[in-house]
Amino acid sequence: MTRDRRLAWINGLLLPLFNVLTAFLATAVVFLFIGVDPIKATKILIYGALGYDEGLGYTLYYATNFVFTGLAVAVAFHAGLFNIGGEGQAYVGGLGIALVALYINPALSAWILIPLAISGGLLFGALWAIIPAYLQAYRGSHIVITTIMFNFLASALMVYMLVHVLREVGQMSPESRNFPEVVWLPFVHDVFAGFGYNIAKSPLNLSILVALFFSLLVWFFLWHTRWGFAIRATGKSNDAAIYSGINPKKIIVVTMCISGALAGLVGVNELIGVQHRLFLNFNYGYGFGGIAVALMGRNHPVGILIAALLFGILYQGGAELDFELQNVSRDIVVVMQGLVILFCGGLEYLYRPLLIRFLAPIET
Amino acid sequence: MNDLLLNLILTLDASFRVCIPLIFASMAGLFAERSGVVDIGLEGKLLMSAFIAASAASVFGSPWIGLIAGMFASCVFAMIHGFASITYKGNQIVSGVAINILASGLTMILTLAWFKKGGITPTLQSDERFLSITLPGVDIIDHIPLIGVIYRELISGHNILVYLAFAIVPLVWWVVYRTRFGLRLRAVGENPKAVDTAGLSVEGLRYKALLIGGILCGIGGAYIAIAHNAQFTKEMTAGQGFIALAALIFGKWHPYKVLAACFLFGFLDALALRLQGVVLPVIGEVPVQLIEAIPYLLTVILLAGFIGKAIPPKASAQPYIKEL
Repeated sequence: MTRDRRLAWINGLLLPLFNVLTAFLATAVVFLFIGVDPIKATKILIYGALGYDEGLGYTLYYATNFVFTGLAVAVAFHAGLFNIGGEGQAYVGGLGIALVALYINPALSAWILIPLAISGGLLFGALWAIIPAYLQAYRGSHIVITTIMFNFLASALMVYMLVHVLREVGQMSPESRNFPEVVWLPFVHDVFAGFGYNIAKSPLNLSILVALFFSLLVWFFLWHTRWGFAIRATGKSNDAAIYSGINPKKIIVVTMCISGALAGLVGVNELIGVQHRLFLNFNYGYGFGGIAVALMGRNHPVGILIAALLFGILYQGGAELDFELQNVSRDIVVVMQGLVILFCGGLEYLYRPLLIRFLAPIET
Repeated sequence: MNDLLLNLILTLDASFRVCIPLIFASMAGLFAERSGVVDIGLEGKLLMSAFIAASAASVFGSPWIGLIAGMFASCVFAMIHGFASITYKGNQIVSGVAINILASGLTMILTLAWFKKGGITPTLQSDERFLSITLPGVDIIDHIPLIGVIYRELISGHNILVYLAFAIVPLVWWVVYRTRFGLRLRAVGENPKAVDTAGLSVEGLRYKALLIGGILCGIGGAYIAIAHNAQFTKEMTAGQGFIALAALIFGKWHPYKVLAACFLFGFLDALALRLQGVVLPVIGEVPVQLIEAIPYLLTVILLAGFIGKAIPPKASAQPYIKEL
């Protein structure tokens, strides 16, 4: 193997693998520190997430959310942008979905209403990203800071909407009324029952198909369209992009809109898929989780599907740990997310010098 | 009239209390960003320090041990940030995000493991906290109208960390603008190559800046848990690290301007609390969410260059790579 090829293998496979393993190892250390046997915990976790119908359903349901936010972060990464605002975009996207579900004539067919609701999520998510994008592109303010600010703005907006606008008279908790049944996405167990198969009830619904569809779409868009090329070119080198006739400012705005739109889809799973009403903090944690998923999945839809599944396993398995063990709660998943972001993102190059020295030394 | 005045003074007093963590955290951020390291992880360091400070104060029965433990925890996180973004030249924003999420998860896991309660630490007794100090002369000055009220309500009756916060701002200014270290710090954030050429260690300076930031964030976190409150509760920093970041930008990375921004944001926070459910003449009920949103809105508007321009240190967010 030539040295270039070896380097490609190191960067493409070994490095990410080592990073993920280190994150797992660090989690094991946390387990040991709080007096939990990591092997026993892993067994409970895996059984809880994959061992039976219901657990698997939950795992895939959580994974669906992570696919949406993971794709959102990844698309922005390809243009060299760090969209830290997935949390807010998912939140406001949910508002778009809820507005369609609550105010469009429920006498219409589900085949019209559900796509409309999904479009509502896409549109509102994109709208929440377009201002930070515009400010980055045309006013030079840093996208990371503005998207952080927009997360907090989203949270204030949603509290206002739920408390003052969408809450029904006489209702105490800040949530909207239930959506009409026609916009509910069918649960997978109901679909299976329709074909005569009985599987355990779980919140898993047809949003997972929406997630797979958008993964495919993102892959096609990024690697097989002119726009996708322009996005990746801008991310690799701004100057080269300009030289080949691409307007990076336009690309920034377009990319962030796509990214925000994807994040806005979390509500499809959570709102018209499971809860059937709009409520506070339904998006909690998925926006930031998306960063971990995108980093772990190397910003590629296939990688993101795998990473999202892993985080789905951790979320559901974490709930099982909560139940089975005294000393640990599902928040261990949050620790793990942090460790994944640290080792796959911040410390991305930790092993690089070592691997290069042993596997691909400079030839003299 | 007197009622209105007292109300105003009480609101100002409340804004003092809420802006203290903002001051510590934004001064921490000032050191980091002036050295060219973007610090998104202020929130995580505040949270971690709040938790460790509350735990240590409770276990060892002393607020001072709590404070030191909190500072230590915050410094450990600052060093993780430094290790990733200075030594390994990783993305500074990514490692800042990692620190925030890690702190959020670890505090939850450790409260459960150490105290068998999810998300909270034991309530602190009064000798385990920093209590309010009554300044000398309150009784004497109290007779003077206006000044007496201001002295009693506004200036006296805070805990020691509040006074420390106000003392630290001029100190930061002096360090950044009047010492050799400060000059080098500003240089390394603007043009690390020049600093390197002058034979100074870019990495060393940045580590020092992060360490100072860790200490300051630690005090801020300890204030939240063992001075302002009497225990750690889940996610108790509630985004104050991010507001501090906003204040840092709003104050254009200058200590006194940042202090003013902190105070403005603190005042808005206190005002929002006070106006909750209050119906004002003409305006009607004030939407509290709008007031809470103002700091973020102002920062976005400033960043967009519509009211002045916030220009960050030139080398911020760029790892320094020495040429071979």
